[in-house]
Amino acid sequence: MAEKLDKVDVVIVGSGWAGGTAAAELSKEGYDVVCLERGKDHSTKDFIGAKDELRYSRRREMFQDLSKETLTIRNELDEVATPHRSNETNSINGTDTGGSGVHWNGQIYRWLPTDFELRSKTIEKYGEDIIPKDMTMQDWGITYEEIEPYYDKFEETIGVSGEQDPLRPKMSRPFPNPPMKETATMALFKETTKEMGYHPYHMASANMSQQYENPDGETINACAYCAFCEQYGCDFGAKADPIVTVLSTARRHDNFELRNNSYVVRILHENGRATGVRYVDTQTGLEYDQPADLVVVGGYTFTNTRLLLLSEVGKPYDPVANTGVIGRNLTTHFANLTHLRVRGFFDDKKFNRYAGAGALGTTMDDFNVEQLDHTKHDFLHGFIIRSTQLGSRPINNNFVPEGIPTWGQEFKDKSLFYTNRNIDIQQQNGVLGWRYNYMDLDPTYKDVFGDPLLRVTAKIHDQDRNIVRYAHQKSKEILEKMGADHITVPEITDETEFDHTSLGDHTAGGVIMGSDPETSAVNNYSQLWDMENVFVLGASSFPHNSSSNPTNTVGALAYRATEGMIEYLKGDGGLLVEAKATKNV
Amino acid sequence: MANDNKTKNPSGDGVDPTRRKFLKNTGIALGGVAGGSLLGGLLVSQSENKNDSSSKDDKAQAPRTRGREFFARYEDFLVLAAATELIFPKDDNGPGAIDLDVPYFIDKQLAGTWGVNDDDYRQGPFDEKKVKEAADTANHARANRGQLFIDGLRSMNAESKKRFDVTFDEATEEEQGEIMTDLETGKLKMKTLPSDGFFELLKQATLQGAFSDPLYGGNKNMDGWRMKEFPGARASYADVIEEEDFVELEPVSLTDYQQNI
Repeated sequence: MAEKLDKVDVVIVGSGWAGGTAAAELSKEGYDVVCLERGKDHSTKDFIGAKDELRYSRRREMFQDLSKETLTIRNELDEVATPHRSNETNSINGTDTGGSGVHWNGQIYRWLPTDFELRSKTIEKYGEDIIPKDMTMQDWGITYEEIEPYYDKFEETIGVSGEQDPLRPKMSRPFPNPPMKETATMALFKETTKEMGYHPYHMASANMSQQYENPDGETINACAYCAFCEQYGCDFGAKADPIVTVLSTARRHDNFELRNNSYVVRILHENGRATGVRYVDTQTGLEYDQPADLVVVGGYTFTNTRLLLLSEVGKPYDPVANTGVIGRNLTTHFANLTHLRVRGFFDDKKFNRYAGAGALGTTMDDFNVEQLDHTKHDFLHGFIIRSTQLGSRPINNNFVPEGIPTWGQEFKDKSLFYTNRNIDIQQQNGVLGWRYNYMDLDPTYKDVFGDPLLRVTAKIHDQDRNIVRYAHQKSKEILEKMGADHITVPEITDETEFDHTSLGDHTAGGVIMGSDPETSAVNNYSQLWDMENVFVLGASSFPHNSSSNPTNTVGALAYRATEGMIEYLKGDGGLLVEAKATKNV
Repeated sequence: MANDNKTKNPSGDGVDPTRRKFLKNTGIALGGVAGGSLLGGLLVSQSENKNDSSSKDDKAQAPRTRGREFFARYEDFLVLAAATELIFPKDDNGPGAIDLDVPYFIDKQLAGTWGVNDDDYRQGPFDEKKVKEAADTANHARANRGQLFIDGLRSMNAESKKRFDVTFDEATEEEQGEIMTDLETGKLKMKTLPSDGFFELLKQATLQGAFSDPLYGGNKNMDGWRMKEFPGARASYADVIEEEDFVELEPVSLTDYQQNI
């Protein structure tokens, strides 16, 4: 029997960028806020001296304990899904205070005006026939102009270091910090791509180019380029993460409490309204009910979708009947396709590849959705190209050109030789929703509490294969011009399929945003159409995945949602946006 | 670096051939007059002299320099040592897996939480098809990593005895290579999973032992990092990051780094 706790104004599930941002804003307004985090407590003290590749990158110290809960995965509806069993292959889910926002790289992009009105703009430009059957492309119910001030706000909070992308809309003001330093490989990439007529620029970064105080009074230190960023907490408090920014702000207020080791298992509701959440203290096994006026679900895509399905909140998506919404439009930057890289090996050039930072790189938008004429291509949307210098750590950096054995003396010799003589070019493309790529509850496998695991059904389409093949050719051309002596281009055949080694760390959908409750779960304030005192924050609200990284959009939408929550709490309740029936899909 | 002086072990009874040879040469029989302490003492002194008196010249030998946490049976450890050395051999660049203490690193890892897949989802049903077809087959096997290593190493050893009449570690480099190639291409018969899955596990563990911080028991003297020109755990590269030319730096271990913060 769960123990009933004292009621609070707001209970938040998750302490990452989504939940943490809401926590800061609501605490500042004076509301009693409890934030429930399934993982343990973390402070920056835990990351001092944490430059340990085995522990963090290979044994995945910062990632979800899969022995308690994982996903099951399949490609097709008639297949039996199997569990993603180990973080060894492609770990994605953060845990502990700050969530995935602690071990991220800090690569910052705004999404494009076209992204938020993708269906309308595609039809306007090319006609409806260009959209393939079963592609569930839709608008977000928000425009770039509406979201821009929230991008700006999040970028100020996290102290973005960067410069204006020459091909994107002019920002209302520059980023708060100048770009980071430039390495020899970045200079080579820039010089080469400029000669080719492209528009490279310095990737925007949440690693600080200088010490910075954000508008909430939080200090973020200057980056030391120490090369332990992605999969690590920052040794120096020099990467914006929720711990040094929004959670620190929330914690200045006595009306805020962060409760760790608190695994939320249900949203509690009566008569169409949420009354709070039920959680298990993972250290004692005791169950608690935390009543609240407002429930904010701010976990990762999988957590949010699964919690709604388990709690029977919102209508589950059924791809066969094409009804319902919860679980709809799962998209990801597939690890075994979208994130494959083209690698160049240099026989006569040697770079300081051991140094770097998570968001240190050059990038370009010349093949992004707004730059392409899609009548000339066999794919929709577009891609970015970039070359980064994150710092190559030795266990993971043993690349050799094609034709070299994978073990033995020649492997050893060549992998040592090319350690500081290889550069990879990454493409990242927009990934669009499909009718049969979705999430529901697994019929067989259970978590540690006996609840069904979340089941992912996802396959790769020709759209995905075609765009990546094209992008790889462009990357190869750049590496050739850069002077690479050997270039490895990953093979993509018509049979290349999502290989179940888990999804990418940029997974979206399940509780998507829109203006029509028939095809969306939340409105543009992230408020659930079907339960007005539940707000669902995070990449779960994205109807598709754009070509650049998601965190800036997660943060921006969290700020907008929090404005909506405050309006909702101050007002007489009700939906903040009027539902519209659209011809969407 | 072919091994011309290999000793056949036709009985194939699993007794450590090095030890048998030693016992035979010194005239001490198991169960005979030699007491435990005497035997122990002699074995230690033998191991100390091993590098000088090696009949295999420059080929690194499986060490007996430390206690083992996981591998109870020394024969398994000898196969492990030979297999890691084959993957990452001693050469002009510097030490190979054995001299970097990679076998001891793997022994310690398997004795810990990694060896029993502590953070993995381990509830059934385990899907037989998935074990055969998955891109990450080792993660879908019912057996844990410790059991996979035992199965894999013993399968390699059994194949060596069958094909060449000697244990894997006593086989020539060419013979070992044949078995490793079969392992890598999934052709070696294993009970717990397809052999290419074990090859991947073995190779990754070998590289981890060569290049992880020495605090885990491998990467001896940080020589793995030196060969790789990796500077280890350093606080800052702010003064290196913009350099056009390669800057060579001595490696720093976590032991040193954490003592200075």
